[in-house]
Amino acid sequence: MKSKITTNFEKLKGENKKALIVYITAGDPTLEKTEELIYTMEEAGADIIELGIPYSDPLADGPVIQRAAQRALENNINIDDIFEMIRRVRKRTKIPMAFLLYYNSILRYGMDKFIMRCDETEMDGLIIADLPLEERKDFKDALKSHAIDLIPLVAPTSNERVKSIVEDASGFIYCVSSLGVTGMRSSFSENLGEFLESIAGYTSVPRAIGFGISSPEAIRELKDLAEGLIVGSAIIKKIEEGLEDGSSVEKVRKFVGELKDAISN
Amino acid sequence: MKINDKDKYKLQSRFGQYGGQYVPETLMNALIELEEEYIKAINDEKFKKDYLYYLKEYSGRPTSLYYAENLTKKLGGGKIYLKREDLNHTGAHKINNVVGQVLLARRMGKKRIIAETGAGQHGVATATICAMFGLKCEVFMGEEDVKRQALNVFKMELLGAKVIPVTSGTKTLKDATNEAIRDWVANVDETYYVIGSVVGPHPYPTMVRDFQRIIGDEAKVQILEKEGRLPDYLVACVGGGSNAMGLFYPFIEDKEVKIIGVEAAGEGVETEKHAASFTKGSLGIIHGMMTYLLQDDYGQILPAHSVSAGLDYPGIGPEHAYLHDTGRVQYVSVTDDEAIEAFQLLSQIEGIIPALESSHALAYVEKFAPTTRKEDIIIVNLSGRGDKDVEQVAEILGGRRHEK
Repeated sequence: MKSKITTNFEKLKGENKKALIVYITAGDPTLEKTEELIYTMEEAGADIIELGIPYSDPLADGPVIQRAAQRALENNINIDDIFEMIRRVRKRTKIPMAFLLYYNSILRYGMDKFIMRCDETEMDGLIIADLPLEERKDFKDALKSHAIDLIPLVAPTSNERVKSIVEDASGFIYCVSSLGVTGMRSSFSENLGEFLESIAGYTSVPRAIGFGISSPEAIRELKDLAEGLIVGSAIIKKIEEGLEDGSSVEKVRKFVGELKDAISN
Repeated sequence: MKINDKDKYKLQSRFGQYGGQYVPETLMNALIELEEEYIKAINDEKFKKDYLYYLKEYSGRPTSLYYAENLTKKLGGGKIYLKREDLNHTGAHKINNVVGQVLLARRMGKKRIIAETGAGQHGVATATICAMFGLKCEVFMGEEDVKRQALNVFKMELLGAKVIPVTSGTKTLKDATNEAIRDWVANVDETYYVIGSVVGPHPYPTMVRDFQRIIGDEAKVQILEKEGRLPDYLVACVGGGSNAMGLFYPFIEDKEVKIIGVEAAGEGVETEKHAASFTKGSLGIIHGMMTYLLQDDYGQILPAHSVSAGLDYPGIGPEHAYLHDTGRVQYVSVTDDEAIEAFQLLSQIEGIIPALESSHALAYVEKFAPTTRKEDIIIVNLSGRGDKDVEQVAEILGGRRHEK
């Protein structure tokens, strides 16, 4: 069975469009705001939403997303609360959504229970920051016969591993733009195009570039290289900037609108 | 060393279900390359020769196996021997591993070395070896620990290393390790990450154990020379667990030797302030490995606590997790107070000031030695010297005297 992520990419391809994928951390600054942000980002043009599950030890994340997780954890947000929030969201929107999380969150919650709750809340994909090819078999087996994509990450250092990583992928391939953790970057490697092309040699699953894309300019620079672009830390920055005067949602609405313009034109 | 038949450049990545490589994809090829280079190195006579040369000539090995006669008499049970890792250059066992890993980094042509440190012992050892080899060294250290261990910060800087205070999370060893991993992800091409204990993603737990097993290898030869037989008990403290793995590993197949690892119970395992990963922990993932760790019901990692910064770690090496489950090693815990008592006792009756980490092992020996027979032999790993802890203990004891 196809996930909503896959059908969405197919639809965009038919329209000759690229996917705008946006990331926020669940519970930052509160779960109510997260819910509001999901609706707002969809209205502003986001095609797919990545929802981070806040974690105490996010070793693949830079300072911006670390702070988002810390704000969420200060409110004592847990995975059950997040599923409850998504249950409410699903009454209003069927936008494709993926969790971005660390494997310990799943392991501790219980693999099967976690997958069951993803099914219940119509979550479409999982991006697990610290579950490389070598360790994913158990979880992949548990995911079989569920319409949930296990979205693999491919890095510029993956080299000959790319083939095995993308072999049975679905949803999209998360292509890490450069070395390092999540966070904004001012420029990208000249080899990025080559890297993206090499991935297409092994799979027809859509590719989305993430890590460091922080502005409409960056979107324009990169959009021809892949089927989707992911923006995370730059959105969290907008949330942060609006924390004091309560303008986070409006700031994010405006920013995602600008990103949408950049990716559409 | 176990080698899979199908690939001679592969080691077992797990101990039972523990261990593995739970890291971002960006690091995977670096770990694979590290594993291959490591296997080549340990099969290279020149590498082995260099490793042993620096341990002997630079660090002063072999360290002695000292019969602690006064402690033995005082406790009234079996004969207690101290494996004097405190006599190493830089004052602890940490240097055994650092010599091995930095030689490996040189072999791999890496120009920049990074390390994490809690109390600063591993950081100082790494800064020391980098100074000798003229390598650039940066050490990640929690901001809390930077404040608590100002002397070690100065030592590292004196040795030419850059100390980077870590302000994320709990601002202690756990977060210093996260930050070192993040740095490695960003600079993986030119940087070598020297992990300080038998923790982290494969191949680190295996590699660090192999670089520390010299402790147990020497102890075995020494006890056979002195007593003509193997010991009845081995005792070592366990934080991440490298001094313990180093002593235990060469004795694992000697079933008649009982092996005991001592965790830090902090203010008591019934409180929230402890570092007892086995007594109070559960299965999870930390720093790229599957093991026992302190976490809440949703997998958020909990801060550890111990009076000894070197044991203040919410996880434990994966091989220890395996040895725990198979029952080969028995794990117990002792509190801050018991460790401080043992710190004083050894200073007073043997004239040896032990590290607070090692004092945990000694505190357990104080409890159980009186129940052993006089002909029993106990080897305790005195993993480090206590100079670094004197000020802290003075404060704690001074405070107590003041209360009275």
